[in-house]
Amino acid sequence: MARRDEPVTEALPRRVALTGGAALVLLLALTLGSVAVVALRAERAGALGPADWRALSFTLRQAFWSAALSTAFAIPLARALARRRFPGRAALTTLLGAPFLLPSIIAILGVIAVWGRSGWVSEALMAAGLARLNVYGMPGVLIAHVFFNLPLATRLMLQAYAAVPPERWRIAAQLGVEGRALFRLLEWPAIRAAAPGAFALVFSICATSFAIALALGGGPRATTLEVAIYEAAAVSFDLDRAARLAAVQFAVCAAAALAALALAAPPAAGFGVRLCVERWDGRGRAARAADALALALAILFLALPLAGVAARGVAGLGALTGAAGAAVWAAAGRSLAVALGSTLLTALLALPLAALVAALDRRPFAARLAEAGALTPLAASPFVIGVALFVVLRPVADPAALALPLTALVNAAMATPFAVRILAPAIRDAEADHGRLADSLGLSGWTRTRAVHVGRLRAPLGFALGLAAALSAGDLGVIALFSRPDAPTLPLLMHLLAGSRNVDAAFGAAFVLTGLAFALFLGFDRLGRGR
Amino acid sequence: MLRLLSGLILAASAAAADDRPVLTVYTYEAFLSEGSPGPAVRPLFEAECDCVLRFVGVGDGADLVARLRLEGPGAEADVVLGLDTNLTAAAAATGLFAPHGLPLPEALAVPGGWDDPLFLPFDWSWLAFVYDETRLPEPPTSFADLLDAPDDVTIVVQDPRTSTPGLGLLMWVKHLYGDEAASVWERLAPRIVTVTRSWWEAYSAFLAGEAAMALSWSTSPAWHRHVQDDDTKRAALFDDGHYLQIEVAGVLASSRQPELARRFLAFMLSEPFQSLLPTTHWMYPAIALQDGLPPAYDGLIAPETSRLFPSEDVPAIREAALAEWLDVMSR
Amino acid sequence: MIAVEGLRVRAGGFLLEADVVVPAGALCAVIGPSGAGKSTLLAAVAGFAPVEAGRVSAAGRDLAGLAPAERPVTLLFQENNLFPHLTVARNVGLGLRPSLSLTRPERARVDAALAETGLEGLGERLPEQLSGGQRQRAALARALLRDRPALLLDEPFAALGPGLRAEMMALVERLTAPRGIAVLMVTHHPDEARRADLAAFCALTAQGGRIDGARPAAALFADPPAGLAAYLGDAGGDLAPR
Repeated sequence: MARRDEPVTEALPRRVALTGGAALVLLLALTLGSVAVVALRAERAGALGPADWRALSFTLRQAFWSAALSTAFAIPLARALARRRFPGRAALTTLLGAPFLLPSIIAILGVIAVWGRSGWVSEALMAAGLARLNVYGMPGVLIAHVFFNLPLATRLMLQAYAAVPPERWRIAAQLGVEGRALFRLLEWPAIRAAAPGAFALVFSICATSFAIALALGGGPRATTLEVAIYEAAAVSFDLDRAARLAAVQFAVCAAAALAALALAAPPAAGFGVRLCVERWDGRGRAARAADALALALAILFLALPLAGVAARGVAGLGALTGAAGAAVWAAAGRSLAVALGSTLLTALLALPLAALVAALDRRPFAARLAEAGALTPLAASPFVIGVALFVVLRPVADPAALALPLTALVNAAMATPFAVRILAPAIRDAEADHGRLADSLGLSGWTRTRAVHVGRLRAPLGFALGLAAALSAGDLGVIALFSRPDAPTLPLLMHLLAGSRNVDAAFGAAFVLTGLAFALFLGFDRLGRGR
Repeated sequence: MLRLLSGLILAASAAAADDRPVLTVYTYEAFLSEGSPGPAVRPLFEAECDCVLRFVGVGDGADLVARLRLEGPGAEADVVLGLDTNLTAAAAATGLFAPHGLPLPEALAVPGGWDDPLFLPFDWSWLAFVYDETRLPEPPTSFADLLDAPDDVTIVVQDPRTSTPGLGLLMWVKHLYGDEAASVWERLAPRIVTVTRSWWEAYSAFLAGEAAMALSWSTSPAWHRHVQDDDTKRAALFDDGHYLQIEVAGVLASSRQPELARRFLAFMLSEPFQSLLPTTHWMYPAIALQDGLPPAYDGLIAPETSRLFPSEDVPAIREAALAEWLDVMSR
Repeated sequence: MIAVEGLRVRAGGFLLEADVVVPAGALCAVIGPSGAGKSTLLAAVAGFAPVEAGRVSAAGRDLAGLAPAERPVTLLFQENNLFPHLTVARNVGLGLRPSLSLTRPERARVDAALAETGLEGLGERLPEQLSGGQRQRAALARALLRDRPALLLDEPFAALGPGLRAEMMALVERLTAPRGIAVLMVTHHPDEARRADLAAFCALTAQGGRIDGARPAAALFADPPAGLAAYLGDAGGDLAPR
């Protein structure tokens, strides 16, 4: 038993190649394949008009600035979080996770509550004798995108800080390196390694922005490609134009990803690393003031919109009595089912893919290719996927009857890039540490997985699946295309309630939805951390 | 909603058990949610038709046409309810609709009369800008007045590509100003706070104080009065006329139950269905009701001039007007 | 001289108690099982672990309350002593001033320190272009420039082969003894401990670990306490098959 039939360190294990390949094919069929299906179904060739090119231009500008601002503001915030220990630091780290998990509809309500014409900032400006803000257009889109993505970028930077060996901080402390010199010596190289990746990730997320651009863009002058795709696919039924726009969107995101790969230093460790290293610098008054300022501004910027939604949501809970309440709980049950199904699918897609990416470590080109394939959903349009599924399934089944499973599937595809990003480094590390040992013991199959991976993957898997569950629960998703009003998910019911002028109940539903998303995330994350 | 849900579950099991025919009606979602006409209509029609009435909600009115084109002749719907006269020509052009073949009820009360062979109207209202008189004591008195109003008379409107009132406003401006429409939009643009996808987003932005007025219907204040006992919301009366929105329904040629479908259209124009509309859909019914309109409708504006393009002219006008609008608004 | 008297350091549920004195110019090895707190002792002396009770002094100065940079102490680790994107010369130059900009005479001192540690001509290389032994030599060169009376080495040569380890030990002795630097070195290699001037055994206790003073290395190994004898196994030689 000390010998294996195939030399594992050289060839790709067949199991990994098969399952990973299958997941990759399914993902590519959903993303790139859907563009082809929609293009084939088109009735006429619809060229891109001047408004489409303006949409492209706006998409690029807002994505660039969203990514630039998120990354730039993340630097002082990550710096402060990395070197400060204070009561409530754990709570603040949790708050950092909140916006990303927040359903976008709710985040928009929060941003308007703070930055809208009758929001808190405007009221304060009025009281000071200044003009109200007009948030719609580029400013609103940027505020909402930074609200969503600043925490993400900060997290990536904190990981880079955590990847610095702790000895180096001690050596620096002993040498008396402080302030700017320390920044140049240790912090900037870490940031430099993480920033391009963070920039590209935020750029891709914002380049495909839909709900935020639609709600805060203020109309055609601030239309993103994704909104134009929705308009072409779902409204004008101009499928050819939708397919072309989707192809342009793929190209934009692929270019961003390539640029990031070219700029980025080697990838930092995964999400599972500890974000807390003891530090001895930054005791000076200026450093303390700078950190306090960064933290205070970040807390205000992130917590105020959350508070705005919570305030109205709690008030709206009172409206959830009788029939409206029963409908909300029934919809919450459906959303829970969709989220759990979607989480399972995410695991089935992301684990083999991450294993494939990790196993291809020795072939960097193939590994990058596999990783790029796993990231395609970031660039894909859920509307094009939805229309393609509709076109493909309609001859054989009633898409409306499959609305919930399809929503779960598309949501799983959308969460897979994040899950692969989280899992692949963990699998790579586990392989590096114990892979050869397992091979030398002749372990294979499930026994090998259990020996090498299970303990190591538990925490990152819990985190990844929590993320997938929360994203899926909060996303309106393709159910809007196949909707069945007799069986809405919670986000859809929120739209329906608001559409029938039951705005209080809609806010109550928003509160329940937020609670559901957070509970799902925390539940999986805790499961992963063994509590 | 609970009743609707349990009703549907019962209906589904009943449909499986007996062989009552199922009539499928596509409509927009706002027609179906709690407090809207859908849940109230279903048991009324089922009681008289000995059939199962199944509503399927499809986004907004504008999404209905796209959905029909996506599904083509194989659509499972028998009836489509919720298009308006700005969409009927595009819907007719799909070739999917069959003539309704029904006589018009004597009590029909739609401004301008009706003679469309494919579609029957079920409700109507005027488009209007709704304001709060405590916040805007002196609203504009005409469209021209709106263009010259002070800068703080801001508005929220809907996107004509995704929302039927938004498309109505596009037609309104075109009907008033013809070739000058583009320059009117240029003058209007600075006071448009935001262009939203759906009616409710615009209206809730207005209610939240984001703008002084929202594009809605002349009947919207009745909801505030009836449901909220709030008399401060008013529709601004424009003396150069208001565009009409007339909502319609039609039978699909592919229906396997054309008789049942026509029976539904006839029911749609009968007193039981129509009398629900003023207090569930907040639109004028398409027939004169025996008991008249509810008290909340007293004192609503009654424009002297109604504006409406013939539905067959809309597609050509829409295409040009939309290009114009997109050009101005995306600058 | 390094003097650790009645030291108590607590980290979580772990408690290290230590008494050890290293005279100027002497090298004292601390040996013992993993998890007994050997590295914690060094961290406490260097100012990286909070001291609960006891007194730590170096060159006669009480170190209580001093920041790591203010202590007359240099600590070296098994790895990661160098900053990877700085050249060797700049890494070494950090021992003179933490700002990275050096005057011409300072650069000459860097070159001299590199020469003394056997790295002449390698100053412009990056750490990744050096071998493991060369990287530790560079770290020692920096320690020389810092010119602190106490040097703490945390398993500094554990990653090197036996021949290289012996060579590095000789280098440390050659560099520190003439300068009167007291060296406290944590190791788990008996051969390293045996050739030190002094040796101390760090024993496992119920609450953590304990160090009961240093003795001349030869004396300690000639008559090891029970814990050390068990740790060394069969005279520190071959492992008996189990």
